[in-house]
Amino acid sequence: MNRLSWFNTVSLTLGFAFLYIPMIILIVFSFNESKLVTVWAGFSTKWYGELLQNEAFLDAAWVTVRVAVFSSTLATILGTAAAYVLVRSGRFFGRTLFSGMIYAPLVMPEVITGLSLLLLFIGIGLDRGILTIVLAHTTFSMCFVSVVVSSRLITFDRSLEEAALDLGCSPAQAFRLVTLPIIAPAVISGWLLAFTLSLDDLVIASFTSGPSATTLPIKIFSAVRLGVSPEINALSTIMIAVVTVGVITASLVTKRAMVRQRQDELAAARTE
Amino acid sequence: MRRAVLIAIPYVWLLALFLVPFFIVLKISLSDTALAIPPYTPTLDLSAGWAGIKEFFSELDFENYVWLTEDDLYWKAYLSSVKIALISTFFTLLVGYPIAYGMARAPQEWRPTLMMLVILPFWTSFLIRVYAWMGILSNEGYLNQILLWTGLISTPLTILNTSTAVYIGIVYTYLPFMILPIYSALERLDGSLIEAAEDLGCSRLQAFWLVTIPLSKPGIIAGCFLVMIPVIGEFVIPSLLGGSGTLMIGKVLWEEFFSNRDWPVASAVAIILLLILVVPIVLFQRNQQKQAESDG
Repeated sequence: MNRLSWFNTVSLTLGFAFLYIPMIILIVFSFNESKLVTVWAGFSTKWYGELLQNEAFLDAAWVTVRVAVFSSTLATILGTAAAYVLVRSGRFFGRTLFSGMIYAPLVMPEVITGLSLLLLFIGIGLDRGILTIVLAHTTFSMCFVSVVVSSRLITFDRSLEEAALDLGCSPAQAFRLVTLPIIAPAVISGWLLAFTLSLDDLVIASFTSGPSATTLPIKIFSAVRLGVSPEINALSTIMIAVVTVGVITASLVTKRAMVRQRQDELAAARTE
Repeated sequence: MRRAVLIAIPYVWLLALFLVPFFIVLKISLSDTALAIPPYTPTLDLSAGWAGIKEFFSELDFENYVWLTEDDLYWKAYLSSVKIALISTFFTLLVGYPIAYGMARAPQEWRPTLMMLVILPFWTSFLIRVYAWMGILSNEGYLNQILLWTGLISTPLTILNTSTAVYIGIVYTYLPFMILPIYSALERLDGSLIEAAEDLGCSRLQAFWLVTIPLSKPGIIAGCFLVMIPVIGEFVIPSLLGGSGTLMIGKVLWEEFFSNRDWPVASAVAIILLLILVVPIVLFQRNQQKQAESDG
């Protein structure tokens, strides 16, 4: 099993080509001189220049980033609390309903989530803007955070927490000093997941945003409906680059953290 | 005391922003359209007390649902959403399985990299990945240019704005959802089982069919549900890649709400969509539970 058979090689090559060629074409043609996106007319970065002067896109990008930071932070706090409750609290009134509400938004079609939140905001007379988008994004992404965090909490050795309590920690101290550092990787990846979900969301944001706040996906969607344009290619390239750099950095950081943890464990084992 | 607060905060949040909105949709689906703000009647008037509540309930009816059954646009949209979801799930499986299989068979040290290559598109914007196909599939697009240049066709193919484009878009954007669960099932698979099957006289193909496929079944089922459930309500792909000929219920709901501004009908469409999704969601949860039990 050390070498791949020809079948596996072919399927991996074709599979990854299928996944990446569309994005590579998009990136290449964002450097196209011509306004016609399908005809190559020489290398140019002019579309990036034009994009940087497009205030509507810049404003929307700024709104998107703010919404993503607020909602993912809030979602991480709520989602971690929810995961902790689900894994640690045993029985309480309405537990089934609670866990149902944690899992249901994961599979709920976005159009329904968006529609229902919009009708709620109108019902209570809340003006649509950044606040309503943040509330909506927090609600659906906290569920993803709690799934990620609870999978880590389940595998976690509970006796460590109990030891801290025996040694005189208050429950809050035990959580802060023992539980949180151990589940930190899951909390961080939960935050990252919530952040990208918020950056990426078109449907729910379209329902819950008002004229005062437009997010980047909404802007892109209305521009894309008119057809392919070099400016959107440039914008997409920037977004792909940011995500790629972000994901690679994050994975390197977690890899290094894992290596360090391994070394610590080995060192601890040696001193014993 | 502290524990109660800890439970209460996420609980109340979800009640207020998930469950209550859902009941509002249900309620509005039973209301009538009106030229007012908000554009439906009746609205609940709590100041009138019990009489107001009684009045409110007496005015609710199933008119919108009757309307949905009478106009065959909606039935066709529901049916075609389910059909598109089933067909595209099948193709996603067909494309995704060999990739997952190849990953699971790759040398140990390649696997994290391959895994990352599958996850990376999943982190980049969904909208942009759909958009990338618009440039490829249009009449002057790259695909037609290549086919014309190689002489395989003499006139450009119309792919964009057809259901073929929708299928391509769905398979492309949902592929990671299919690959990852199958890969995790195949990775745990004990290689000696296949060797045993081959020793006992199976050909490689037979061993694959009789051992590998059944053992990766939980992954296949999970992947199929992960693709099929969201695709039924899909909105972005049919509106960018599909034409007027592709009917999908997510798009119908969107248009009913934003273009026709008929909120009660849009709500009724949403409620029926939810009812359609209940069966696959329950089946999916059963499968997950079974898998969790067999792991534990």
